[in-house]
Parts: sequence; structure tokens; C-alpha cells
Amino acid sequence: MTFLKNRLVWPVAMLALLLLCALIFSDGFFDIRIQDGHLFGTPINILRASAPLVLVAVGMTLVISTGGIDLSVGSVMAVSGAMACLIIGDLANQNSVGGVTLAVVAAIALSLVLGLWNGFLVAVLGIQPIIATLILMVAGRGLAQLITSGQIINVQSSPYKVIGTGFVLGLPVSVLIAVAVLVIAALLTRRTALGLLLESVGGSPVASRLAGIQARRLTIMVYVVSAACAGIAGLIYSSNVSSADGNNAGNLIELDAILAVVIGGTALTGGRFSLAGTALGAILIATLDTTAQAVGIPPETTLVFKAVVVVVLCLAQSPAFRARLFRRPAARPAARAEVPA
Amino acid sequence: MGEPPAVLEMTGIRKIFPGVVALDGVDFRLLPGEIHALMGENGAGKSTLIKVLTGVYGIDGGEIRLSGRDVRFTGPLQAQQAGVSTVYQEVNLCANLSVAENIFIGRQPRRFGRIRWAEMRRRSADLLARLDLDVDVTAPLNTYSLAVQQMVAIARAIDIDAKVLILDEPTSSLDASEVAQLFAIMRRLRDAGVAILFVSHFLDQIYEVADRITVLRNGALIGEYRTSELPQVELVGKMIGKELATLEQLESRPRDSTEQLERGEPLLRAEGLGREGAIAPFTLAIHAGEVVGLAGLLGSGRTELARLLFGADKADSGHIEMGGKPVAMRSPRAAMAHGIAFSSENRRTEGLIGELSVRENIILALQAARGWTRPIARRRQDDLVAKYIKALQIRPDNPEIPVRNLSGGNQQKVLLARWLITEPKLLIIDEPTRGIDVGAKAEIQRLVAELSTGGMAVLFVSAELEEVLRLSHKIEVLRDRRLVEELENTGDVDADRVMHIIASGATS
Repeated sequence: MTFLKNRLVWPVAMLALLLLCALIFSDGFFDIRIQDGHLFGTPINILRASAPLVLVAVGMTLVISTGGIDLSVGSVMAVSGAMACLIIGDLANQNSVGGVTLAVVAAIALSLVLGLWNGFLVAVLGIQPIIATLILMVAGRGLAQLITSGQIINVQSSPYKVIGTGFVLGLPVSVLIAVAVLVIAALLTRRTALGLLLESVGGSPVASRLAGIQARRLTIMVYVVSAACAGIAGLIYSSNVSSADGNNAGNLIELDAILAVVIGGTALTGGRFSLAGTALGAILIATLDTTAQAVGIPPETTLVFKAVVVVVLCLAQSPAFRARLFRRPAARPAARAEVPA
Repeated sequence: MGEPPAVLEMTGIRKIFPGVVALDGVDFRLLPGEIHALMGENGAGKSTLIKVLTGVYGIDGGEIRLSGRDVRFTGPLQAQQAGVSTVYQEVNLCANLSVAENIFIGRQPRRFGRIRWAEMRRRSADLLARLDLDVDVTAPLNTYSLAVQQMVAIARAIDIDAKVLILDEPTSSLDASEVAQLFAIMRRLRDAGVAILFVSHFLDQIYEVADRITVLRNGALIGEYRTSELPQVELVGKMIGKELATLEQLESRPRDSTEQLERGEPLLRAEGLGREGAIAPFTLAIHAGEVVGLAGLLGSGRTELARLLFGADKADSGHIEMGGKPVAMRSPRAAMAHGIAFSSENRRTEGLIGELSVRENIILALQAARGWTRPIARRRQDDLVAKYIKALQIRPDNPEIPVRNLSGGNQQKVLLARWLITEPKLLIIDEPTRGIDVGAKAEIQRLVAELSTGGMAVLFVSAELEEVLRLSHKIEVLRDRRLVEELENTGDVDADRVMHIIASGATS
């Protein structure tokens, strides 16, 4: 039973179940081919599809652990992609590695500024996180349109394309980036005291302040990290399609990211968080989309399928629901005994 | 004398938490028309027994009979409907709702599905009038003091047609006249045939109001006694399972001569420090190795004074000097940098982080002072934590369980441990002994005495005069948010004199 209490058991079980379904209903789901020295196949596609989500969800986990939320991640993705494509589009030689590096650095720097803005609103002005980041969620799309002058900017840059579609040592670059960020975030939070202090702030802001924790700095930091993660995800997205689309880049990704965090066992109220759980959640969501396709669920109804799986998973994870489910047999004798003997 | 049949009978109750046997075959019975005290140290299982009875926890063995019928409640609401009402230790109401809403929450008078607000307000006012409490029932609960909130909780409990009324530490935040008022109500209810289960750490209160006493220790039943047949000393002996050596030792502790300490530069000096609406400007000096006691009624400004010194609230007048140099206490962090530690009276909301482990809670302040980039090595954490778990006898001694699973007294010790590992020069402790049992109380008092002997300055805030008198070298008396008197705690200072100052506001 202690094994069942581990919060990651249910997402893992659900992932296994989904893959099992895919295995049964779709031939060749697990075929991984090596083509031109690169790995190809549906599982690789799932990982590639989940890379931006993993990135965004990692940042979101840290924000949520402090008791906050970041709705602006999708917009930050759009802004970041727009910024990068704008610079690359203006380059004399779009294939210049230096120019692309400059574009990437500029895009991430702009994302950091946006994160600082969120952090300022939440930590300094004391605006509720959901409202504070809603501002940028709406305004960010406008900002992205402003950068691209309302057009979709297309770029033809092979160095830029590497970010989203390239391979290193046979593995997709986007996946490697996501793994790298995940590992850095894990080291940053668990090898230092950052994780403990974040969990403390999320667990009780008042008590944390009286314990001498400077919550303001930490809060600003998590929003900056979240925006940085979103910015990188935006680059992957835009590189993948070789264009900047201010409207569709990262559309509704904030919801998937929040879902991934929750599936991963981090409560929306803040406190204890699990980055491994979040990554698992993000992969689970990407698998859901792909499996729905593979199993032959029509695209129009995919969202319903997704909703059903998520509801089942959340119920399975809820200790209260499990207690009701398992306690029922034990409660019977008591109910019977209430009739006077 | 024949006893009436018990209204409540619990036999062989077992309750196991992961790693702890909280209750081990406990029997308990409650007769109609009696006030029955449940006594025991922290972690003895009092709160667990109550939560088992009211269905908050399920049981792992034994049976509960109410009016002769087997019951097993699945929740407080069900228990309430069967006539078992509870007022918990910490006020369990919704502070943002109005008084009337709090009294009727979950059972609002309704007509055609619409809440009848007028009737709700009228009935609330009537009910509170019966408790001699004159408050605006439409005002949010958090506009009133903790004491009033407690009375509202009791009003709520007695309005439900209760056969059994459970009062878990109802008096811990009440002042003397409010306690008397509560006892009058309890006696009236008892005479009406209600069985009252009363938990309190104040022995005098138990002897004033209780008819019988059941003693628990370490989750096991020690015995059931008539109050009149059990002398106080014996009761305490049964609760802590040992002689009162620690208490007596403390009584006979020779106090350092105050004159000796007063020489030299004060460690901290507050000059005209004050905050509008919280505490009038005051001047206070604390020397190294000195215990300064703050005495005063609830709401007299004790906590407010302490919070100003720690930078938890900003002063709007005056300044603080440390070692002769003026310092700005802008935040708790700044105060910590000057070697000040503050253990809050609200350990649940302002002290501990419930979901974090005992270890994490203990190292939190030290870690916060170092900043997140300089983590304390895990081995060092474990050593520090193990040392303080042992020194303060924190139970259970597993550092990795969430701190919310600990009993009140043990939580208090965890909070103290958090500050002690920062090795402060000045330790401010606000109500460290509130809601905890005699044994733990004595340990904490002994600890304070030891720390001051070791050179630490302690600002000791407590509602219990005896405690303040016993420990302090110097007593600051507060009244109506004003520091009215400073007394050297020499032989001629006693509780009567301090009480007189609290009551009249002057030495005259």
C-alpha cells in the first residue's frame, strides 16, 4: 500500500495504459528506426512534441510551488519566437550562426524582462498572480503582433532550424534542450536550498517571512525562470515551423502546463513540488494527443478523450477519493450496527 | 451512590498513524450531567481520542457506544447530528464570514431553499445574549478578538441540540473573566443534563469545574478518578509518569542577582519605539543573560511589542539600538542578522510550515539566513536536527515526518529548535507554553532558564503570571497597548502586585 501512496504511481500507470492501448490498436507504434543516423518513430515524435510543454511546465512548477500561477507563458512563447524571427529576418545572411545566436540571446533576454514584469506585479505590487499574469497573457499576444507588424514572419535559416528539428548524436535537439533545462532546474532546486525555501513560501507565506525568508526575491525569481523556460519553448516552436506566428504560438499551452504540474503531484495551493512528476505529466499529455491519433479517435473528439483520461487520473490521485473507494467495505459493519440489536 | 447509565462509552479504542500508535486500547466513558476532564501530556492522545469520537479519524479497533448504541461517525457533521458537538483547540471558524453565518454555517434556516437571513441574525443574537456576549452578529468574525471567536464557536456548538459537548482547550485564549463566564455556561449546561468533555492544561480550572478526570499517557489509559479524590500533585504525577523533580528544581533555582546584570551596556535598547494602533511608544532595555517577562492581559500589546523588536511590523516612532548603535529593524531578516529570534504565539499560522518535515522546519531559519545559494550540508542538517530532537525531547523522534502530525507541545519545541540553532543573542518567545501540558511547560521553562544562564537574552511573553514571575529578572507590565510599569523581580514582587498594576494601570 505504501507503494500506492507514491504520488507518481498513478501517472506512470496511466502512461503505461495509454502506451498499451496504442500498442494494441496501432501497428508499429513502437518502431524506432535509425535513418541518416537519427532516431525516428512515434515514441520519438511524442518526446519531440512534449519538449516545449516540458519546458513551460518546469517553470510553471516553480511558480505554482510558491502558491502562484503564470498564465502568460503562451504569450511569452509567441513574443520570444517573434523577436528571434524578426532579427533573423533582417540578417543579410540568415544562415550566419553568429546572427542566429544573437537572435536567440535577444529573444531569451526579452523573455527575462517579461518575467521580471510578472514578478514585479506579483511580488512588489502584490497583485494576485492569476490577475497579474493575465495582463501579460493578453498584452503579450499584442506585443508579439507588434514585433511582427501583424504579419507571420517566415525565415529560411538552417542554424535556427536546428533548435526545433535538428539532431545531435541521433537525438532531437529540442528534446535535449528540454532534458537539459529539467536537469538544471532539478539541480538548482534540490542541490541548493532553493527548493526548500520555495516550498516554505508556498506552504505559508506569513510563517516564511517570520523565519527570515525573503519571499519577494524568490517570487520574482520564479516568474523570471518561468518566462525564460517559456522563451526557450517559444524558440523551439518557432524554429520547428521556421516562422513566427503571434497568434498560434503557445496557444493554450498554459492550461496543458498547469495540468502537467497537477498530474505530477504538485498542489495548486503551493508547497511541495516534484519536477520529475511535472515532466512525467507533460509527457503523458503529449502521449495522450499522439495516442488518440494512433488509436483512431477522430480529431474533433480528441479533446473529449483527453478530458476523460485527465478526470480519471485526477480522481485516482486524489487521496480523498481513494479513501472513499477503499474504505467502503470497512464502513459497512458500522452502518449495519446502527440498527439497534 | 448509583451512577446513571453512561451516555457515551468508548472501549478498547485503537488508532494507529504511520509510525505512531496514537491510542492503544483506551476506554472512556461520559455520564450525562457531568463535566469530565480529559488529561494528559502533549502527544498523550487527547486530541486523537476526540477526533476519533467525532469521526474526523476512523479507528483501527474498539467500539464507541452512544446512548447504548454502537456508532461510528464518518465525519463531524454526522457526529453533530447524533448530538456530539465539538469546539476545537484552535478556533475552527471562517474568519471572513459574519458571526451569524459562522454560527449557522451548514444548517442555515431556510424557506423554499432561500436562506432566512433575518431569522439567522435574530437567533444568533439571542444565542450570544445567553452567553452575555454583546457583538454585532453581521460583522465579520475576524473583527473580533480570539476570545470572542472562541465564544462564538461555543455558541455554535451549544445551539446544536447537544447530548455531548466537547471543549478542547477552550480557555487557552480567554482571560480570567471570560473563563468564569464560560464556566458558568458549562455548569448551566451540565445541570441541564449535557455531558461535557473538557480538555484544559490549566490544573486550577480543572479542579474548579470538573467532576471527574480521565488520565491518558502515551496513548494508553492511566485511569479514571473523581476530582475530589485526586490531589493535584498526584494528577500531575500520573500525567507525566514521574515525580515533579523538574518543576521543583526550577522553583529552587537561585535567580542571578539583577544588579550584576544591569551593569554594562544593554544588548538591545528600544527608545520611544511605537506603532500607531498597536502599541504606544515605549522604552525598554534588555541585557545579555537577562530574562525579561512581558505581563499583561490578552490584547494588551504584548505580542505587538515583541513584533516591533523583531521587525515583523514596522515601528512608526522611536528607534532601536543594539550594542549602543542604532539599527533599523526593517524586516525579520534584518532582525535575524542582528541576532534576534522570534517564536510566534501562533505556531500553526505564523510559525511552522505544516507540510514540511520536522527537519526542514528546524533548519528553515538558519537556511533562510544563509540564503538559498549556500545550502546546509545534509549531514550537518541531520546532526543539528538529531541534537535538538534529543535535547528538547521532541516526540516522535523521526525528523522526516510532516510537522503537522506532531502534537501541539512538540510543534512548539520544533519551533524553538528552529531558533535555537541560529544561536541568537536575543530570543523572543511569545506564549511558548500556551496549550501545552505541564511536563512540556516545565521543560520549556527550564530551557529558558538555562539559555539565560548561558548568556542569551530572552524576552518571555506569557499570559501566565506565575510563569513570568518564576523566570524573569525584570517584568514589563502592559495594559491597554501601553507599557505601564517595569518591575525588578526581587522578592517583594508577587502575582497580586502585578495583577493590581494590570487592573489599575498604575503603581499607586
